[in-house]
Amino acid sequence: MNLLAPDRSQYPAKKADGTLDIDLASGKYLKLWQGPNHPGITGNMSVELTVCGDEVVEGKTHVGYLHRGFEKLMERRSFIQCFPIVCRICVPEPDFNEYCYAAAVEELAGIQSPERANWIRALILEMGRINSYLMFLGGQAGALGLGVIGQWTTYARDLMLDRFEEMTGARIYHMFIMPGGVRDSLPEGFDARMAETLREIESTMRDVQDVMFRNAVFKKRTVGQGVIDPAWIDQYGVTGPNARAAGVAKDVRRDQPYLVYNELEFEPVIGHDSDIYTRSDVRRRDLLMSVDLIRQILAKMPRSGPLIAEMPSMLHWKIPRGETYVRGECSRGEYGYYLVTDGSGFPRRVNVRGPSYTHAMALLERMIVNINISDVAALMVSLHTYPPEIER
Amino acid sequence: MRDLHTRLQHLFPLGELTEQRPNLGFVTVPAAYLRPTLLHLRDLEGYTHLVLLTAVDWLEEDLFQLTYLLSNRAAGRDIGLRVKFPRQAASMESIHDLWPTAATYQRELREMFGIDFPGSPRLHEEFILEGWNDIPPYRRDFDTLKYARANFSDRPGRETRDPEQHMKQQLYPDGA
Repeated sequence: MNLLAPDRSQYPAKKADGTLDIDLASGKYLKLWQGPNHPGITGNMSVELTVCGDEVVEGKTHVGYLHRGFEKLMERRSFIQCFPIVCRICVPEPDFNEYCYAAAVEELAGIQSPERANWIRALILEMGRINSYLMFLGGQAGALGLGVIGQWTTYARDLMLDRFEEMTGARIYHMFIMPGGVRDSLPEGFDARMAETLREIESTMRDVQDVMFRNAVFKKRTVGQGVIDPAWIDQYGVTGPNARAAGVAKDVRRDQPYLVYNELEFEPVIGHDSDIYTRSDVRRRDLLMSVDLIRQILAKMPRSGPLIAEMPSMLHWKIPRGETYVRGECSRGEYGYYLVTDGSGFPRRVNVRGPSYTHAMALLERMIVNINISDVAALMVSLHTYPPEIER
Repeated sequence: MRDLHTRLQHLFPLGELTEQRPNLGFVTVPAAYLRPTLLHLRDLEGYTHLVLLTAVDWLEEDLFQLTYLLSNRAAGRDIGLRVKFPRQAASMESIHDLWPTAATYQRELREMFGIDFPGSPRLHEEFILEGWNDIPPYRRDFDTLKYARANFSDRPGRETRDPEQHMKQQLYPDGA
């Protein structure tokens, strides 16, 4: 726990309904908006801060800047028409939307994706995880003034985007994991180029470790800051690296293995101090574990066999009434799709469970109280949230 | 899941279990028994993680369904509790005191489906929509196309195709 934090349990006073009694006319408090356009914000969201001096007494997350109503849009689209739009729900790591949607549809339609497709799916998801972590590391360092880290990790991410491009034809929205399987096999010579990319990423990560994780300023600003109490894990639905840094080894890949994770050797990366530094370090080590997982996948995956199951006519595809929930472990935590079908050719209801939904709303609002204004950006980034998956 | 369902049925008047997977089941709970069932699952059965809370609009049956999905990590199991109630009486007991994060879900459900959760914190603060004055947009009787046509205009020179007709044309150009 942060022993240096002042006791503000009696200040400001609380009203009968539990809300804070903040009188802006008193001159003691100031409203300060961090975002939606601000260098220290994690995408298109904003936090309405109430500050007293340089200390935050209340924070409210505001989202909605990216709301496109995906869940409603999908109710008007056939099952295959939903496939190319789901990836747009999360820009930096879109593949989990494709996987969860495809797996949910397959389960309700009674379709089994081929084994080879499952290996390629796991490969894509791990590649996406590395990209997402590289983006995070740049953001976390940038929030504390270490601009050069972002340039290095963007270079490394670009190499992985090249691999995505040669494999799927696209750099950001891949639209590759479709219901039934995957669109294509690996291109000629892919393994050698991926091996070189992984070596380059490992080399970049060594530099990142030296310059970021051994940096005195970075340590001073992050060690002991922004602690997530392990008791909050269940109360606030905390998952992924945010939970693992608090010593709770929550990892869907191990807890409820999907795709081919049963056949891979790994242990969830955990930390114990639960502060901003530990969360960054857990993600750094998780990134290196993904590098190892990609090597394992490429070594073990079958090189022949079908890529897609036999599918019904896409124009007349109806799925019997049912409901299911499919989850995966993305770079921020548990990503899941709750799909309800009613026997028609359209989903009755799709609900996307992004980890940022709990992390950036209730958890952030709880954690932001009593911290210094200058630490707000670092704290927000350390929760690794992507606003589009909150508002969908 | 059957063993859990049997234990619960001794305590609460639950509906039949839908065993979607060996580790995922759905069961219907009367609204009055939702809170004790959630408490029992959380405190005595290890279902401590509220995965999600969402709604389904069964317009044809004039019902709303709320789905509370709980997870037991140690056992690797999930159970979804379905609560159904008439669309005209769209109100449900708040569970923000059981899981503080539920307040966010309930705020969104009030805005998007018009379901009330009396006592839930900041329930009437805008979540995503600003200045919305139509029926809640995620209800099935809200027509997105009609709303878009009434409120927005097409950019000149833009061609709109019906997706189904377009795909038919692409796949079967000779009309076969």
